[in-house]
Amino acid sequence: MDEYITTAVQAITERYAAQASEFRGQVTLLVASEYIVDTCRVLRDEFGFEMLAAQTGVDYWPEQAPRFHVVYQLNSLSHNRRLSLRVPMDGNAPMIPTVESVYPNANWHEREIYDMFGIRFEGHSDLRRILMPYDWVGHPLRKDYPLGYEEVQFSFNYDEIDRRKPYAKE
Amino acid sequence: MFEKTEITLDELRHLVSNRAIEGDTVLLNMGPQHPSTHGVLRLLLELDGEIVVNCIPDVGFLHTGIEKNMEAKTYEKADVMTDRLDYLNTVGNNLVYCLAIEKLVELDVPLRAQVIRVILTELQRIASHLVWLGTHALDLAAMSLFLYCFREREIILDIIEMCGGQRMMATFFRPGGLWRDVPVEFEDAVRDILRTFPARIDQYERLLTKNPLFMDRTKKIGVLTKEDALRWGVTGPILRASGVAYDLRKAQPYSGYELYEFDVPTQTDGDTYARYVVRIEEMRQSLRIVQQAMDKLPYGPTRSNNRKFVPPPRSELGTSMEAVIHHFKLWTEGFQAPQGGLYVPVESPRGELGVYLEGDGGPYPYRVYWRTPSFVNLQILPLLSKGHLVADLVALIGTIDIVLGDVDR
Repeated sequence: MDEYITTAVQAITERYAAQASEFRGQVTLLVASEYIVDTCRVLRDEFGFEMLAAQTGVDYWPEQAPRFHVVYQLNSLSHNRRLSLRVPMDGNAPMIPTVESVYPNANWHEREIYDMFGIRFEGHSDLRRILMPYDWVGHPLRKDYPLGYEEVQFSFNYDEIDRRKPYAKE
Repeated sequence: MFEKTEITLDELRHLVSNRAIEGDTVLLNMGPQHPSTHGVLRLLLELDGEIVVNCIPDVGFLHTGIEKNMEAKTYEKADVMTDRLDYLNTVGNNLVYCLAIEKLVELDVPLRAQVIRVILTELQRIASHLVWLGTHALDLAAMSLFLYCFREREIILDIIEMCGGQRMMATFFRPGGLWRDVPVEFEDAVRDILRTFPARIDQYERLLTKNPLFMDRTKKIGVLTKEDALRWGVTGPILRASGVAYDLRKAQPYSGYELYEFDVPTQTDGDTYARYVVRIEEMRQSLRIVQQAMDKLPYGPTRSNNRKFVPPPRSELGTSMEAVIHHFKLWTEGFQAPQGGLYVPVESPRGELGVYLEGDGGPYPYRVYWRTPSFVNLQILPLLSKGHLVADLVALIGTIDIVLGDVDR
């Protein structure tokens, strides 16, 4: 952790009670979901992290509290530093405020996370599925979503197979 | 039996202006099957005459669930899936995935493997830019350039075939090095490209750079300011054409890029023509890197000899019991990676290509996320196309240089 990152991390941990950790030289801040918009705004305006490089989710099923993490990768072009943020969240109806107001490109990233993990973003301008078809059931990247190998259902045995089929839990 | 959700017009109402609801403007589908959308991209256009009022991209037609599939394969076997993402930058996808694994398990790569990685990645960058140049020019009705570009691209793909056995999905880069050393013909073939290619770039430039028809179609079309580019997370040649000299090969070097001398071309206009100039210059810079890499290509092993992560060579299997055990372990169970997540970015021909890789202590990646440049860059299309003609929209799709395999994953 170099000096510049340390200052930024200190500011965030003091103001928003975040926890810092380091793995292979990359610094991660664990932030509570109610502070994520403020954290992003402070990092962008005061510490020059002007770009949201990536945003994704991770599912820790069968753990329930927290079950999901949303991971933000911030990039500062002017200082040539990277920082990542993590927001843990409950497995039951996961919800997190959108950071669209700070980084507009979060729009598609958050649509993708909603599509793949079923995490809803509060205040998002256009929360629709993006990669899967609009009438798709389930969220594919959840760990309890089956990966293929499903029995083919025909009309004569549809209900019989349907009973034992591992369905994606919403 | 089926839960059928119908999408209603009300749900899409916030995407179009009120004039569309009143019937003042026309809603028109462009794609998914359209020659100038460079794949299966669907655009819902709201048109006032021929002027684009709103453009709503609809992606996902090529979604193949690569991220989910990689979670069910061992680290090394999942490498094969990475070529299929951005099919114009196959070795570049291998590179970023291998770099992420090597960082996760702290594996060293021999110098010769690093240099060959740089050579092939830069050649692939040229090949990718050639496809962009050919199709972009074709969209703007310059037919002949398409044929020249694809002729040269084939020479580069021949080199990749020579190394890995296939033109495109070679999976030549493996965690810890390369699949095997390059053949003896490699050096002559690359030197041949280095000798002939600069004149070819001049030839393309003679056809387009001062061509008044091309300039009419590209100058002042789709201007992207520096501030907007940063806000929208745009990277690669599009960002550099808007006046930000940011290249990951310079800013955060990987695979030994700090050892090569090259410039980062930038422009300040931020329009379609500026992006053309940047990409043409990038091809020249890539040639410079390949030239330096060829001159310093050292002899030595091309894969790490850390047997806990890299399978032993075939020749050892007949003589060493230990090699057989390692071979068996690595190809059945795979190696185990520690718990923890990391993000590794590289500069692909389209911008920042990043992998977020998380291990859980087992032999399968717990989560692989691909931050693909096309996905992020495509988001600015509505912003760029507002107020332009439909014909210019075709130029804008070309200039963003999307690969739909990269967008939809």
